[in-house]
Amino acid sequence: MYLDHAATTPILAQALAALTHELSRSGNPSSLHGSGRRARRVVEDARETIAAATGAHPSEVIFTSGGTEADNLAVKGLYWSRHDADPRRRRILCSPVEHHAVLDTVEWLEKHEGAEAVWLPVDSDGVVPVEAVQREIDADPAAVALITVMWANNEVGSVQPVAEIVAAAQAQGIPVHSDAVQAFGHLPVDFKASGLDTMAITGHKIGGPVGVGALLVRRDVKLTPVQHGGGQERDIRSGTLDTPAIAAFAAAAETVVGHLPDEARRLAGLREKLIAGVVRSVPEAVLRGTPDREQQGRRLPGNAHFTFPGCEGDSLLFLLDLAGVESSTGSACTAGVPRPSHVLLAMGLSEEEARGAQRFTLGHTTTDSDVDTLVAALPEAYARAKKAGMAGHVSSIQTAGTQAG
Amino acid sequence: MKVLAAMSGGVDSAVAAARAVEAGHDVVGVHLALSRMPGTLRTGSRGCCTIEDSRDAWRACDILGIPYYVWDFSERFKEDVVDDFIAEYAAGRTPNPCMRCNERIKFAALLEKALALGFDAVCTGHYAKVIEDEHGNRELHRAADWAKDQSYVLGVLTHEQLKHSMFPLAETPSKAEVRAEAARRGLSVANKPDSHDICFISDGDTRGWLAEKIEMESGSIVDQDGQVVGEHEGANAFTVGQRRGLKLGRPAPDGKPRFVLEIRPKENKVVVGPEALLAVDQMRGIKVSWAGLPLPEVEAQTAFDCMVQVRAHGDPVAARAQSELDDDGRQQLVVTLIEPMRGVAPGQTMVLYQGTRVLGQATIDSARSLSWDPAKVS
Repeated sequence: MYLDHAATTPILAQALAALTHELSRSGNPSSLHGSGRRARRVVEDARETIAAATGAHPSEVIFTSGGTEADNLAVKGLYWSRHDADPRRRRILCSPVEHHAVLDTVEWLEKHEGAEAVWLPVDSDGVVPVEAVQREIDADPAAVALITVMWANNEVGSVQPVAEIVAAAQAQGIPVHSDAVQAFGHLPVDFKASGLDTMAITGHKIGGPVGVGALLVRRDVKLTPVQHGGGQERDIRSGTLDTPAIAAFAAAAETVVGHLPDEARRLAGLREKLIAGVVRSVPEAVLRGTPDREQQGRRLPGNAHFTFPGCEGDSLLFLLDLAGVESSTGSACTAGVPRPSHVLLAMGLSEEEARGAQRFTLGHTTTDSDVDTLVAALPEAYARAKKAGMAGHVSSIQTAGTQAG
Repeated sequence: MKVLAAMSGGVDSAVAAARAVEAGHDVVGVHLALSRMPGTLRTGSRGCCTIEDSRDAWRACDILGIPYYVWDFSERFKEDVVDDFIAEYAAGRTPNPCMRCNERIKFAALLEKALALGFDAVCTGHYAKVIEDEHGNRELHRAADWAKDQSYVLGVLTHEQLKHSMFPLAETPSKAEVRAEAARRGLSVANKPDSHDICFISDGDTRGWLAEKIEMESGSIVDQDGQVVGEHEGANAFTVGQRRGLKLGRPAPDGKPRFVLEIRPKENKVVVGPEALLAVDQMRGIKVSWAGLPLPEVEAQTAFDCMVQVRAHGDPVAARAQSELDDDGRQQLVVTLIEPMRGVAPGQTMVLYQGTRVLGQATIDSARSLSWDPAKVS
């Protein structure tokens, strides 16, 4: 039973059909002959489909290899072009709960390119207060190169006040990037209406294939390229376009956006049932991220994230896996060693609290009975995980040390 | 049984896990993260603790079709093994961190977590054998292949720990056999080099590593009669039995080379003397533990014959041992060697055997030649 849709979600039938159909044909969309024209047609159809699904103009869609590349291109590209235009622009205002694709890019720019990272505060739900952004802009507007705040958080599901942040930035002509990898396809996302300069999306979080994504770039925004070559995508992104993946991505985007209001309502309903069930069966569990009981879109519809006091998320994950429930601790491993989530720490949790994290994310294959199975398996798993305790406690096993007294 | 296979990323633990799977157990592979900042790739002769080793373990689990997890024991490892290693050296003793890791991490912290999570046993790639008698009591024995036998580093396990230990390589005739088996099973670690050295000292330079952790202070080098014969730049830089690097200005009266006999950190003194005095006749052990049920002679505090081994790859020598209680009622072990033995330093572990059976172990507190009275040096 799969409750890790935020990691990746099973491919949709429509995407699989488009993918296999295009894989059986060949042609480089940059070629001028018949095969090339045919492939180009598919790519440009897909571009229009993605544009329609995201509220963008087709020329604003830059295909990439996924969300990570899109985030890198946006943050580095904006920083370099803004800094080149005016060397005073060195500050990057960044939320501390960003995905590593943004977080590590900002840290890299700080270390190697002379940028100054300004880590915005977040409240206990992981939401950036707009006043804090305003304060940092006002401190020295001419020195801000860009602002980057994700649309919705991948761990705790909280939705950020992107529109308000954009409004504050636009008054000073500062560009804003948003990582909408988790939001797109799950919440209404309209690039034009958002006023964003750039926005990252990816295929495999919406039922498309892995390895394809896009950066939406407003037509008047200048980005310095990160990777150089044939300049296939508006001279901003080079590399032969992956026609089958792009076609499948577009098929998935069209499908999810077409079903969005109904599916979001269905998932939010399941999510609330899951949250109620978890809190009922394990009263110690603490919901993390913005609550959204009224289902007003303040949290990703498919996201439920908890901390379970006194146990390690790792142990819980292991025990749930044994019981046939696939979940996640929500945070990436650092060098193979599980570390407390930077998102939870930024929200003010202690390391010990953060270690007990468990994320359940729902998607198009999730059913009512999946939620029941989780709620039924959780109490025993939690009791055992708690017994296994936190690493670092004194052992109760008799060892040579205890035997010798 | 539900078995947790501790996977270092090496060939031995991979084959041990494979055999546990084949025996019909329900096996889960776990790699122990012992450092928060592991190196990315293997360098030097280390065989664990890098990302590459973790990936090798993961790959082995994939091939065996078993789940794989990384558990973080870095805090426990630092406190119980690394800090202890430094403290022991600072106190002038020579510890064995691998034994400490077996005692406190693999068969304690890891085992305890495993039991709590519903496992019955921890399986490792150690070359050693556990035998159970008709009453369900466990005994630890040497592996079939004495050349690879690792019962010494497991000598620290208690009966309770042995009850939950599984060593599937016990009867393996040789390491070559294990490699061949790994290749047969399609395990890509089949030809991975053996690990040696201390896993947390990446370049193998123990002295250099310790010098950064322990404050060194210059002091005097004295001979076996207490006469000052030289200067040192830090007593902890020396090992018992060391001959080179003493930089003594004056030769010994008999013109023969001198060796480090003893390190006295409290007085910051290094005691040197002739080779003959390195021969140890008697050792006193503290922190005694028994691998399984103790012999009747232990309870009775009477002497018994045994073989004693003081390092992982040392030869066992014949001895008579007797258990005693100190003033606080703690067990001590007095071991008298039939033939004197060289290269014994306080802090080392002595493991007692009868035949292939491991009786128990103690940490050497003092080791002396009966022809020399250390009290002469003051």
